[in-house]
Amino acid sequence: MENPNPKSLMAAFHFQRALSLVHRTASKSSRAVRGRRIQCAAYASMAYSAGPRRAWSRALLRRLRRAARRRQPRAGWRRRAAAGAGAASRVATGAAGLRRLVPGGGGMDYCSLLEETADYIKCLSVQVKLMQSIADSASLCGQL
Amino acid sequence: MSSRRTRSRQSSSTRITDEQINDLVSKLQAVLPEARIRRSDRVSAAKVLQETCNYIRSLHREVDGLSERLSELLEESSSDQAAIIRSLLM
Repeated sequence: MENPNPKSLMAAFHFQRALSLVHRTASKSSRAVRGRRIQCAAYASMAYSAGPRRAWSRALLRRLRRAARRRQPRAGWRRRAAAGAGAASRVATGAAGLRRLVPGGGGMDYCSLLEETADYIKCLSVQVKLMQSIADSASLCGQL
Repeated sequence: MSSRRTRSRQSSSTRITDEQINDLVSKLQAVLPEARIRRSDRVSAAKVLQETCNYIRSLHREVDGLSERLSELLEESSSDQAAIIRSLLM
């Protein structure tokens, strides 16, 4: 990783731990099940390393824990949470759209929403870059 | 427009100025990639919010795609797994 800052290193550490766990416990599962577990691991490690200061990370961890307790590792936990009143297929924009996309967005005032969104995007893009570099390294290793 | 609505709901002790909101919107604009919005332009808040929504949705899609890709890669033998984990530490 180029120029890692402490926050990205923590995110990498947590995600790597989660990935090891998925590999240990789900290498015999179907690819789809494993994929969803990895997706949950990505959001969980991202929220966990962001810490409890942020409303979005708290909301995201709450949502993931609720889904895990109901033993519903189905895809769609993110879509359902964001859907609201039957509007899952409607593409929302503006502040209403942000409230649906950013975890915990529904309960925030406008200023907090803008702040939380900026932080959420920063952490999301770090997470994406992290997953990208792992996938690229793994592909390279596979070719050896 | 939304800033006007916000202002009408403020009590005197929590006055949020348009300037504060513009400041937050430009901070949000700064987080968007160059391809989405040219940061040198002064665009409307509505445009920034719209592009932000699009950007978040595309990031979510990237996480989904990368999760699938990693799931495929984890299928391989365990000797590769050590290599994957090791590659993270470099």
